[in-house]
Amino acid sequence: MPSNPFPLSKERLLEVYRTMRTIREFEERLHVDFSRGDIPGFVHLYAGEEATGTGILCHLGDGDRIASTHRGHGHCIAKGVDVGAMMKEIYGKKGGACNGKGGSMHIADLSKGMMGANGILGAGAPLACGAALAAKYRNKGEIAITFVGDGASNQGTFLESLNLAGVWNLPVIFVVENNGYAESTSRDYAVSVDSFVDRAAGFGLPGITVDGTDFFAVYEAAGEIIRRAREGGGPSLLECKTVRFFGHFEGDAQTYRPEGEIENARANIDCLKKFAAQVTSQGVISAAELEAIDKSVLALIEDSVVKAKAAPLPTEADLTTDVYVSY
Amino acid sequence: MARKISIKQAINEAIDQEMTRDPSVIMMGEDIVGGSGSFGEMDAWGGVLGVTKGLYAKHGSRLLDTPLSESAYVGAAVGAAACGMRPIAELMFIDFMGVCFDQIFNQAAKFRYMFGGKAQTPVVIRAMVGAGFRAAAQHSQMLTPLFTHIPGLKVVCPSSAYDAKGLLIQSIRDNDPVIFCEHKNLYAMEGEVPETSYTIPLGEANVVREGKDVSIVTYGLMVHRSLEAAATLAKEGIEVEVVDLRTLSPLDLDTVLDSVTKTGRLVCVDEASPRCNIATDISALVSMHAFSALKAGIEMISPPHCPVPFSPTLEDLYIPGSDRIADAVRKTLQKGKK
Repeated sequence: MPSNPFPLSKERLLEVYRTMRTIREFEERLHVDFSRGDIPGFVHLYAGEEATGTGILCHLGDGDRIASTHRGHGHCIAKGVDVGAMMKEIYGKKGGACNGKGGSMHIADLSKGMMGANGILGAGAPLACGAALAAKYRNKGEIAITFVGDGASNQGTFLESLNLAGVWNLPVIFVVENNGYAESTSRDYAVSVDSFVDRAAGFGLPGITVDGTDFFAVYEAAGEIIRRAREGGGPSLLECKTVRFFGHFEGDAQTYRPEGEIENARANIDCLKKFAAQVTSQGVISAAELEAIDKSVLALIEDSVVKAKAAPLPTEADLTTDVYVSY
Repeated sequence: MARKISIKQAINEAIDQEMTRDPSVIMMGEDIVGGSGSFGEMDAWGGVLGVTKGLYAKHGSRLLDTPLSESAYVGAAVGAAACGMRPIAELMFIDFMGVCFDQIFNQAAKFRYMFGGKAQTPVVIRAMVGAGFRAAAQHSQMLTPLFTHIPGLKVVCPSSAYDAKGLLIQSIRDNDPVIFCEHKNLYAMEGEVPETSYTIPLGEANVVREGKDVSIVTYGLMVHRSLEAAATLAKEGIEVEVVDLRTLSPLDLDTVLDSVTKTGRLVCVDEASPRCNIATDISALVSMHAFSALKAGIEMISPPHCPVPFSPTLEDLYIPGSDRIADAVRKTLQKGKK
């Protein structure tokens, strides 16, 4: 048995791989089902960015809160939201994570500390500050994390939240998932600074940039700033440079992207391939062990789709429930 | 023991008693302590009009001065509410809602429904409303209809010290987001208020004056203008009933319909701009549910469809006065069936 040079045990490495593979297959399956016309509404896929969400969220427990984005499926899965309930939600069915009332852009599970995907770009940052404030009053070392893309990092809510977090010394982490595109507009066009770390510095916050397609780089950087936040050291910004394998939304023809960009990303900077190569080359995990996970994940996703399709639709009686506690 | 205190004091007392009772109640806003980080008096302002003065001395770090950054701190109050706290966010003037509306109507208002009934957001957003302060177009609006329009929000606007205390305590304990509208021109108005804690349910209107001839349905400052009109009309032998809605969402339509069924005549009085406001809403609902009880067409009294002007001369013309209300009552009596 070779020694393990990684910062996680073999069991934890296998769990991490399972999470990343689950996100990937969940999104690949949605891409197919959406193109068949099975799924209503808007769907934004996280494929390509798995190492970012997983490398950060594997440090958290259920008492830690996250505020996600419109591209939230990966954050949900990495935060422990049930995949079957997510699939039913995306299919608009009763028994979905939000009983079919939220859909892809609004999956939430407060019991898992998942405060919701969010259809409003940048809206999660103030909410995460509130979660961090609540954690500060509870004083149990819990933290909050908000995700934004490079695009939503330009929102006033995000910039105001950097200041508020600094002023109140909140245990909150601002993660910028920089996939190079704000919808169809490039990061280089729409962001006025070269580095998001400079933006953090403008508010007196420490910041760090990592390769978001390298799980271990994300894991180590996130671990350090999360530990600091838990110990009362305050907020930080983490920029993860990553890549989006699909369009902004499903149905996006992506003619704004250079030819070959996605193929090159899938071939050369696929975070799952990188992770598999890292752990197998050291002999800690065998290719067969990863393949076994691949197989069981595919079965899980297939099962979730079968159950989602078979699940009952909401009825008229559900239309006006849960608007208020009572009315 | 009841004693006479102002609406301002009643609001302060409600917050104080709830913070004492429930450690999850926190409060944040611009200058609500007033003086944080300065070298002078810590509790210098206690809110821009002194409504929260003295609370810092009792509750310390549970009152948070905020940066001038409404999106961030109103959003933080909403986020903390979704995580088990009962925050009160003070927005100072309701006109500032424009810079943080997303956190209220897309976030707080929608969490319960959008998340399938699995989330609650017990946040209270307090804000001053209304004209008459010579504060011009961006510090004087009565924006109650904007919030009443949004499913998921509750909207409260008290007209007396007794109601202010009971409704605010209920709003803090309520598990839905509440927009608590405080009329700045009523802060000094005094009334009998019990020293002990009590609640008034949201969604219960109050018949503040009984009468058999005409119903006036209103809320906030306009309750007092309507009562003045009713007193004038009483000298002419006209008995006016005045219904104070107190909460605009949920709406106590039953009390409104009972009153109109009794009198057969309705005047809706609203300080909000005239299009799509509370008066038009009440008029439509009464027409739909009690048309056969009406003896005459409904009258509506609101300001003109223009921003709130600065010049005192113009502002006094803008705000509906008791004379206009009394004229509307006389007009409805001259019309229709006898």
